[in-house]
This record gives sequence, C-alpha cells and structure tokens, in this order.
Amino acid sequence: MYNSLVALASMGGLGIILSVGLVIAAKKFSVEVDERIEEIEIALPGVNCGACGFAGCRSLAEAIAEGKAPINGCPVGGIAVAEKIAEIMGADSGNAPERKVAQVLCRGGCAEAAQRAEYDGPNDCRIMNTTQGGDKGCTYGCLGGGTCVEVCPFNAMYMDENGLPVVIEEKCTGCGKCVEACPRDIIILTGEEYGVHIRCRSLAPGKEVRQVCKVGCIACRRCEKECPCDAITVTNNLAEIDYDKCTVCRRCVAVCPVHTIEEQDGKPEIKAKKAG
Amino acid sequence: MEYLLLFIGTVIVNNFVLVQFLGICPFIGVSKQVSTSIGMGIATTFVMVMAALASWLIQHFILVPLGLEYLQTLSFILVIAALVQLVEMFLHKSIPGLYRAMGIFLPLITTNCAVLGLALNAVLRDYNLGESLVYGFGAGVGFTLALIMIAGIREELEFADIPKPLKGAAIALITAGLLSLAFSGFAGMI
Repeated sequence: MYNSLVALASMGGLGIILSVGLVIAAKKFSVEVDERIEEIEIALPGVNCGACGFAGCRSLAEAIAEGKAPINGCPVGGIAVAEKIAEIMGADSGNAPERKVAQVLCRGGCAEAAQRAEYDGPNDCRIMNTTQGGDKGCTYGCLGGGTCVEVCPFNAMYMDENGLPVVIEEKCTGCGKCVEACPRDIIILTGEEYGVHIRCRSLAPGKEVRQVCKVGCIACRRCEKECPCDAITVTNNLAEIDYDKCTVCRRCVAVCPVHTIEEQDGKPEIKAKKAG
Repeated sequence: MEYLLLFIGTVIVNNFVLVQFLGICPFIGVSKQVSTSIGMGIATTFVMVMAALASWLIQHFILVPLGLEYLQTLSFILVIAALVQLVEMFLHKSIPGLYRAMGIFLPLITTNCAVLGLALNAVLRDYNLGESLVYGFGAGVGFTLALIMIAGIREELEFADIPKPLKGAAIALITAGLLSLAFSGFAGMI
C-alpha cells in the first residue's frame, strides 16, 4: 500500500513539475499567431501547388495576413476565394487574376512524328531529354514521357493514345507546374479565352521539320500574311502568335498547309479587341 | 579515451538504427531528402542528449532512492514528451525557419523509440552522468549518420529504373537492410 502511494505521488509530482515547467516555457516562448492566417488557409484551395509564388497555401495565408501579398493572390481559387479572403481581412477583393490554362504547343504524337531511335529508359521526359534528346526525330517537340501529367496536382492532364498530353481546360487552374516540368518548354499558360494556338516550337528550317514531323511549322508565312490583326510573326523558322493581338478569327487555321495551327471548339471570336 | 571509445562504439559499432534497429520509423519516414534528414538528425540528437541527462537525474535522484525502478519506462516517456514540447516551443520562438522546415517530424520525435531506448539502455548499463551524456550524443550522431546515408541513397534511387513491385517503401527497406548488413562488418571492433 505504502509503495503504491509513493509511486503514485512521485509520478504525479513529476507530471505536475513538468507540466508547470511547460506552462512557464509556453508563456515565455509564446508566439503570437494571427487568427486570420488559420481562416485564410481554410479558405484557400489547400493543394499547395505554388502557383501564387509562395511555398504553399499556408505561406500565402501568412503573407496575406501580413499584407505582403494581395488578397487575390491565389490564381487557382480565382474570384470566389478572393471574396472569402476579403471578408476575413475586411477589405475589397479587387479583381481576380485572369484565369489561365495550359496549352501544349506540339501536335507531333506517335502518328505524326518520325522516330529515329528506340528508347528503353525511365519514362520521364527530363531523363529522356538528357538521353540523346529522346526517341523522336524532332528535337524541339513533345517527348511523350508524360512528366507534365504526373506533376499536375489537379489531374487536369492525361496522355492520349497518340502519346501527347491533353489539358482538360475545365480542371486546369493555370498553376504552371507542367510548364516548369517540361524540359522542352512546349507548355505555356494563356488566357482561357484564346482558341487558336500554333502548336509547334521547332526552330528547325522547314525542310528539316518536314522530314521529322507531319504537323510541324514549316515557316511558310501564310498565316502571317493572312492574319488581319498582325498577331502572327515568323521568326527563327517558327510562326508565333501574340495573344494580346489575336482576336480568334481563325483565318490562320484555314490557310495553314500542315495544320500546325489548331482551333479549339467553343471559343468565340473576341470582337471588342478589333476596334482597339 | 574511454569516452572516445564509447562515442565511436555508439556511433558506428552499435549504431542505434542500423545495428540495434531502434528508430526505424523516422529512418524510413524522413529519409527522402538529405536536407530534411539533417534537420531531423540534429533535432533528435539534441533531444537525445537532453533525455540522457534528464533520465540520469530522474533515475538517481527519484527512482533509486524511492525504490521505484519499475517505473522507468513511464517516467522516461513523460520526460521525453515534455522535452520535445520544450524544444518545439523554443524553435517556434527562436528559429521559426527551422521550425517550419521540420513540420510534423518535430513532435514525432516523442514517439521515436531510439530516444526511449537510449534512456533505458543507459540505466541498464549503469553509466555515470558523463558516460550517459556521451552515450546520448553518440546515439544522436549515429542516428543522423544513418539518416543522411539512406537519404542520399534514396535521392539517387529516385532516378533509377526500379522494377514496379519494388518501388517506394519496398526498395527503401531493402536499402536499409543492405546498409545494416554493411554496418554488421563493424561488429566486435570495440
């Protein structure tokens, strides 16, 4: 009886001493945490994609609470999240950043692009790129390793049966992870309203492009001449589109002899821009 | 000289992780990146040294005089938990950058069996205060060493073409086993 009492008292005493010590330490080392950080973090999407430029949703929440980041700092959440955060911070939400989506600027899948070698290494574009530039004849185009699909935190991409990545625009949030991952820089972010894209990044002369790909830009300049708003320029053997000028009139799509320029369904012409 | 031998023996010959198989959970869990494993190793080393000190004090000033040696496990866990809490508060206040980098792994040191194993082993072997501290420090350094080694290997493994059934945890366990085999070569040196 006596023994168990001693045991009880000593363990209880130890516990009390330690807890008192911890309470004192907690007071001494207390860090003031802004309650709004927690609330903002809950309002954010919580996928930690890093599109805002911070290390994750928590970092952005801290920055917003401190006033170091704009309230509409989350490009993924858009206006809905910005409004929620504005409510927490008691400020105006401002305009949400323009919604952007990823575009894959290569159409040369297994059917269109010539193969020049057998590749039998790891299925990762970054490794393929450093291993003699992959198995396709074109050294500018998509490697087909699917690294962009793997890194997408929103499952907004998949590889089609032709070996090319496809962006599901409804799911894409424009976080830019795929842009970063692609060793060939063939993925870009554009405003979601644009429906015409020149899907080629090859800087090789037209003749060489013809030899390795059926749908590569051969720099024939027909689109450049056809474009009514000077949005397309051909430099370094490659037609490039200036999205700020493009009105999605689709004339270039019709004249492109190799079908490098592709139009997407359901994107209306931007009429307002023509005037200005 | 005696302390040096004890230190080397604890770090290499009787490495806590690779020879005594203590603390396997963080060994596999926090060993994907060398940078985080270094942070984890330093934090654990600090807790181990403090735990060695605290457990020695408790053993010799509370448990032995009162005849309560059978309460070792309980009281040591109590002290270790409090210590980890203290470290966590201190880091949060003083080095918020490191606190953020360590994240969840910091409170998880509480449940690291290497820390408890160290406290119990030190008592079992009847170490004096100096020996206990060296033992604790050596255990921490050994833990850090093992963690950094496997993290370095696993970083390289990221790019290796591993057969599908062996991907992830499986190859990590095999790697750990091979490392442990290598360390068994030190057996009996001290």
